[in-house]
Amino acid sequence: MTTTAIEKTGGRTVPQRDPGAEHGPRRPGRLRALGLPYLLLLPALVLEILVHLVPMLIGIVMSFKELTQFFIRDWGTAPWAGLDNYAVSVDFDAPVGEALLKSFLTTCLFTLLSVGLCWLIGTAAAVFMQETFRGRGLLRTLFLVPYALPVYAAVITWAFMFQRDNGLINHVLHDQLGLTDSPPFWLIGENSFITLLVVSVWKGWPFAFLIMMAGLQNIPREIYEAAALDGAGVWQQIRRITLPSLRPVNQVLVLVLFLWTFNDFNTPFVLFGRAAPESADLISLHIYQSSFQTWNFGTGSAMSVLLLLFLLVVTGLYLTLTSRGRKSADA
Amino acid sequence: MPSPTRPAPRSPMAAPRSFLWSRAVFLTLLTGFVLLPVYVMVSSSLKPLADVSGKFQWIPSGLTLTPYRDIWKTVPLADYFVNSLVVAGAATICSVMIAVFAAYAVSRYTFRGKRVFTVTVLSTQMFPGILFLLPLFLIYVNIGNATGIALFGSRGGLILTYMTFSLPFSIWMLIGYFDSVPRDLDEAAKVDGCGPLGALFRVIVPAAVPGIVAVAVYAFMTAWGEVLFASVMTNDTTRTLAVGLQGYAGQNDVYWNQVMAASLVVSVPVVAGFLLLQRYLVTGLTAGAVK
Repeated sequence: MTTTAIEKTGGRTVPQRDPGAEHGPRRPGRLRALGLPYLLLLPALVLEILVHLVPMLIGIVMSFKELTQFFIRDWGTAPWAGLDNYAVSVDFDAPVGEALLKSFLTTCLFTLLSVGLCWLIGTAAAVFMQETFRGRGLLRTLFLVPYALPVYAAVITWAFMFQRDNGLINHVLHDQLGLTDSPPFWLIGENSFITLLVVSVWKGWPFAFLIMMAGLQNIPREIYEAAALDGAGVWQQIRRITLPSLRPVNQVLVLVLFLWTFNDFNTPFVLFGRAAPESADLISLHIYQSSFQTWNFGTGSAMSVLLLLFLLVVTGLYLTLTSRGRKSADA
Repeated sequence: MPSPTRPAPRSPMAAPRSFLWSRAVFLTLLTGFVLLPVYVMVSSSLKPLADVSGKFQWIPSGLTLTPYRDIWKTVPLADYFVNSLVVAGAATICSVMIAVFAAYAVSRYTFRGKRVFTVTVLSTQMFPGILFLLPLFLIYVNIGNATGIALFGSRGGLILTYMTFSLPFSIWMLIGYFDSVPRDLDEAAKVDGCGPLGALFRVIVPAAVPGIVAVAVYAFMTAWGEVLFASVMTNDTTRTLAVGLQGYAGQNDVYWNQVMAASLVVSVPVVAGFLLLQRYLVTGLTAGAVK
């Protein structure tokens, strides 16, 4: 047995791919090879530093400056403001802070509902499509269309559908089903929240579906066969095998969905234009709008930094909690 | 009648009626939800203006192709198209090249800071765009003031910005693809006298072409669909489709049939690309999350 194995590899050492067994190529240019990975990374690093890291640091500096419209063109001359920008942002009794708090709470509720619905629809669709049936491939392709369409093209279509006088939604609800006394407005006022939610779920669920489909492929068939032999029905198999097996995939999926939804700018911007109605004023759009309306970039930066801090804390907490839960479940 | 040689059912889940019914109902409703805007987009783009200005009609009263002719005149759509094409194309080419080098380093070498690099790069993907918008705006304006290099409002500034948007995910996806190319291949190439770059371009890149194409499509889609930076960093001559599409709203009227026609026209390139390459894209997009 051993001899055949050696003969098969021809005596040549097969490079191991296990972690820990990785070595640089054993060649004369070893010293040069040591610098090579850094050289290869250099363009990516420079770009990341220039377009992400530096702006982030400058953003933090900006948040401590009195950066109003007079200083935009020559920002170095803007006077320091200490913590004033932060104080204004979190003074919830004054108009600026109150509006920010309101937008933050709206965003939280919106994110909760949107992520929940995207997850639910995506998971259900993936579970229902785990087994092959006629037309499954076609359906899967169709389901990816919302993900593939450019955001603005899709959202502008929804904006048309939600028009009060000539949109499809009111035509169905009012004219055809007669559910409302008069055609409601969907893009201004309280209803805008529902509109935003519908569009966001339409746009977001295919990603959950994709990830869940991939997660399902990793569940070994034998488990289902064993369960079937033990007399477990389909619904029971889904509850006892499929859903628990998806837990690790869920950890990443929910986090990514949360961050994307919470930071969503495109959907409300294309749907409502620069100034979203109060009930659909997501935080990114709110910061954008208040920065470019007043040209007070200092306060805008302070709000952005607060947003970042919030996201970091939530992400950190989430990862700690879910990882601990996972470990104890494994034990 | 099942013959005795019939293979065991493919599915261990011998599905009961309740499952089949729920599946049929759920998937039908979902298909309707998904396709509704697509139907509205296609049908409305073929309607005369009177049809889309009045009550919505499921069935168009008459079909016309004039919206497809008019979209180019109402707004300079061709210019926006060219701008989007140049910006998204350039950003794609640059970011894919940079990602190929970075992914090669991570996939084939051990070096100090490797983990920090991958984690940091990936986490920037998750930061809110608004965080970078104000500082970048300020930086571009001030660089323009100080040196005369027009980054603000130029295609170059937008390309530079968009390159970094797709870079983290591209690197991540390419690492996965490069890892799946057997190491024996590039080791053998090196034994035959290829340098590290020779091994990359003669062995690994050709073997990972599907992955690279998928990454390119992803990068292109990202740049093609970006709204936030395009709305701030472009001017009348550099406007991209993302912002330009909003130009169909006139003083009083919105030419909804033209809006729909234009939406369809700008969607076709990316949707076609995505659906054609969905197999590769889906593997790449999901690999990291499932691992």
